[in-house]
Amino acid sequence: MTTSTQGFTEEATAGAKSFEATGGDWSDIAEEAVRLGEERIVVNMGPQHPSTHGVLRLMLEIDGETVTEARCGVGYLHTGIEKNMEFRTWTQGVTFCTRMDYLASMFQETAYCLAVEKLLGITDDIPERASVIRVMMMEFTRIGSHLVCIGTGGNELGATSVMIHGFNGREEILRIFEMITGLRMNNAYIRPGGVAQDIPPGALEAIREADGKIRTYVKYLEDLLLANPIYKGRTVDVGTLNLAGCMALGVTGPVLRSAGLPYDVRKAAPYCGYETYEFDVPTSTESDSYSRTVLRFEEIYQSLRIIAQCVDRLQAMGPGPVMVEDKKIAWPAQLAIGSDGMGNSLDHIRHIMGTSMEALIHHFKLVTEGFRVPAGQVFQRVEAPRGELGVHVVSDGGTRPYRAHFRDPSFNNLQAVSLMCEGGQLADVVVAVASLDPVLGGVDR
Amino acid sequence: MSHEQDRELTAPHGTGGETVDVRLGMFGVKGSGDTSGFGGLVAPVVMPGPSPRPYGGWFDEVVDVLAELLEESGTGFDAAIEQVVVDRGELTLDVRREHLVEVARHLRDDQDLRFELCLGVNGVHYPHSTGRELHAVYPLVSVTHSRQLRLEVAVADADPHIPSITDVYPANDWHERETWDFFGIIFDGHPSLARIAMPDDWPGHPQRKDYPLGGIDVEYKGAHIPPADDRRSYS
Repeated sequence: MTTSTQGFTEEATAGAKSFEATGGDWSDIAEEAVRLGEERIVVNMGPQHPSTHGVLRLMLEIDGETVTEARCGVGYLHTGIEKNMEFRTWTQGVTFCTRMDYLASMFQETAYCLAVEKLLGITDDIPERASVIRVMMMEFTRIGSHLVCIGTGGNELGATSVMIHGFNGREEILRIFEMITGLRMNNAYIRPGGVAQDIPPGALEAIREADGKIRTYVKYLEDLLLANPIYKGRTVDVGTLNLAGCMALGVTGPVLRSAGLPYDVRKAAPYCGYETYEFDVPTSTESDSYSRTVLRFEEIYQSLRIIAQCVDRLQAMGPGPVMVEDKKIAWPAQLAIGSDGMGNSLDHIRHIMGTSMEALIHHFKLVTEGFRVPAGQVFQRVEAPRGELGVHVVSDGGTRPYRAHFRDPSFNNLQAVSLMCEGGQLADVVVAVASLDPVLGGVDR
Repeated sequence: MSHEQDRELTAPHGTGGETVDVRLGMFGVKGSGDTSGFGGLVAPVVMPGPSPRPYGGWFDEVVDVLAELLEESGTGFDAAIEQVVVDRGELTLDVRREHLVEVARHLRDDQDLRFELCLGVNGVHYPHSTGRELHAVYPLVSVTHSRQLRLEVAVADADPHIPSITDVYPANDWHERETWDFFGIIFDGHPSLARIAMPDDWPGHPQRKDYPLGGIDVEYKGAHIPPADDRRSYS
């Protein structure tokens, strides 16, 4: 017995007349179905479909316009990031895991770094300033991710201006990221022991300025969507998943909170000092796509609230270390912008090449060999924009992760597609999937 | 004597927790005619071992309640749980596979435990831990009590069967498929244990340690950079 990717056995599908639509005119297929007197049609949506957030493949069995069965096919974007991390140093691992869920880079980086720090036993030694910067970067990422979710969700319903405002709002965040980390996406900014470098001069002013601009775009989006009869018609009571369904399928994030449970890892198991920030966990009880959009808007405002507190703290704190003091772990060099791009600061190069042989050896050892992490395993959870992100890191005492596994929230949440779509309309599948907000880079890793 | 045989012979037994590997020499360079003496270094890789009571915090309470439930059902705590490990502030219960489903059901259902969420399953491959090569690790989260613990099941590569816990935690459906795909652990009773990330006809299980990373060397300004798994390793 052979089993297909989705677990449909050949025996199960052998009796059914299914039509493989791989292009051509839809009307031809429909006519053929009518000619054969077959109402039941299996439609393959994706993996290259504009509304599947990347390369999600949906296999839909439809009866007229009603979806009778829905199954997901994933794996089209599997790149072996976890395997690759086993062949790089602990610090280099950040460069890899940031590329998983590319809309939530900072969350993977932070979760991974928190796990490595827990393995090293240096969680309490992380400078306060580094933790505040981490929180600020994560909350910015959350806003950016939610804006993309709302924007592309609108685009999938045919509202292009929603997407434009969403991406414009995110652009302000990416500018901040570029200013602080040197990169717009895939930043590899948060490192085991702290962050790669301190925020540059003028960053706090730029953040305060961006706050207003982001609010403007979020307001545009709210005005466009929340009272819009077409948007409400498409999303209210669509893609519902109640609390029991969420808990059974392990669905977390805005989808779970839309079912009424105020579960947020930032409150349940605080990390990076989240217990010291004032913010609320918005919930609703409608458990439909519309309420998830509303929650994402509210979460954006809560994130802005946290960012404002971060900015105040950074301002009050003044300059200070952003990397753990232990020289056997801390990256030896600070980065600087040179004529040929970003690299080690010239002062550092002068120091190791010109004056101190020991510093050169230290730099070389730490950068090429890396540091060792005592054997053991830890699991670190963080609240990513899409739900609970878990990182399981195993060390064998070497200079590389023995195993690093990411429990990506979208991977888990996609299991709910069948439950949310079956019995609904074909057009509502797009809405339901968009309300889960899957990012396939994270799903397939 | 081959390197592999060397490992088997020099592996010490019964120190701390499970000895998963033995590291020989230094810097990972092999066969270089080393005369410094560092090549003779032997360092066993020992994972954290069983912890003595008290475990601290709520760990004792959870273990006590679970022990009570397991004794009540007639299974017995020692029959189900191999060891209790408290390391880095996290609780790990090493469960024998026969009793995994029962332990998971107790952890989910009892009002003092209430681990409602299972955050999937992750495999770890320890090729040198004879008879316990494949580990499956289940992180459980209690929303009610804000707690987190871990179940760990070890099986032999020759008999890689673990009962599926999708009946208790339906969310583990895809996670178990992923672990089967990457490690070859067979979850008995899973509704459709098909590959999820790799193509259906893919040979082998990519996350196992004996599966190469692959890659080609890249020429850069006249120098050849080998693929990552052919580069010098320091462990």
